Amino acid sequence: MTVQNISLWEVFIRSRNGLAHKHVGSLHAADAALALRAARDIYTRRGEGLSIWVVPSNAIIASDPADKEMLFEPAMSKIYRHPTFYDVPDEVGHM
Amino acid sequence: MYTQALNASQSDELTGEDAAKISRFEARVAAEERIEANDWMPAAYRKTLTRQISQHAHSEIVGMLPEGNWLTRAPTLRRKAALLAKVQDECGHGLYLYAAAETLGTSREELVDQMLSGKAKYSSIFNYPTLTWADIGTIGWLVDGAAIMNQIPLCRCSYGPYARAMIRVCKEESFHQRQGYEIMVTLSRGTPEQKAMAQGALDRWWWPCLMMFGPPDQQSQHGDQSTRWKIKRFSNDDLRQKFIDATVPQARYLDLKIPDDNLRWNEATGHWDYGDIDWQEFNNVLAGNGPCNRDRLAARRKAHDEGAWVREAALAYAEKQKRKTTAAA
Repeated sequence: MTVQNISLWEVFIRSRNGLAHKHVGSLHAADAALALRAARDIYTRRGEGLSIWVVPSNAIIASDPADKEMLFEPAMSKIYRHPTFYDVPDEVGHM
Repeated sequence: MYTQALNASQSDELTGEDAAKISRFEARVAAEERIEANDWMPAAYRKTLTRQISQHAHSEIVGMLPEGNWLTRAPTLRRKAALLAKVQDECGHGLYLYAAAETLGTSREELVDQMLSGKAKYSSIFNYPTLTWADIGTIGWLVDGAAIMNQIPLCRCSYGPYARAMIRVCKEESFHQRQGYEIMVTLSRGTPEQKAMAQGALDRWWWPCLMMFGPPDQQSQHGDQSTRWKIKRFSNDDLRQKFIDATVPQARYLDLKIPDDNLRWNEATGHWDYGDIDWQEFNNVLAGNGPCNRDRLAARRKAHDEGAWVREAALAYAEKQKRKTTAAA
């Protein structure tokens, strides 16, 4: 039989409660249960996490780096969206 | 280092690619921006990195074999637990690196096949045998020590996925070197036989460890482009010198003699001068004629073949579960 490629999963780990899950890498596994076990072995050998998410890599929809300017440039010019854009008199104190 | 074979190959050419794209890419690299998987990159950059990262991954995987040889014969439970954890780490490092290599567009299966067929290389150092328990100490101290020297600058490599994998690897590698040195301290303070065993291991591993850094700078052909693309941050000879300077005092502390009669402190340069490296031996090992080349590949092929039914069963089970879920829906 021709062996099909074993699918790719992205691994996200919450290092402690109160923090978001963070992408740590990827791995190959035949199904979700095996992906979770492999993630534990590969990415949490030194107590790096309290919770693991595994997501099929092909389920992730990514923006195209070529669209970077179209997507993100409009935000760059809108400095009035930041608090430091506004002058508040010193006498008012911290705001 | 783990990718020595790259030094020997012909340089890649930048042909048929948009000059404007290349110059934009090089400007980004020069500005210390990281390149990510979906970004445009020159074909030669992709090719060089795929080879470098996959060779590095193969080295981690093959690197489990010389140490695995001593797992069942470790002298105490403490040493056995540490060695088991170290070998498991090497496997993990191989997997981080394969994942990084795959982001460049070559599948895991293809990369592994290139190693099993002998087409892709791995580090020359893993083609030497581990004859005594002191070899395990020496590997941790020197081989992992040399690897750390090489890998720390790779944490700042221009390719993001590789740099991130190296950060994880470096965090874990320090334990490897320290446990190795601890073994050496114990042996060198032990019985005369134990001390002789430690000296014997150092005698056998010293020169192959210096070869890990690759050919001397004037012979390395890949250096220039890799340096410009910020894949490589220091030259082979610079890293080798750094390693020697760091290691000499550690050997003195163990009261072991480094097997080089020309090793001398050079007041003017502030570095240790060292004797000639036998590059003939290095080329021989790289060409497949080291003491263990055939054994290592045979062991990898056997493991791969004998594990085939596990991969097939896992896929068949996944397929069955999928069918059940579809049927139930």
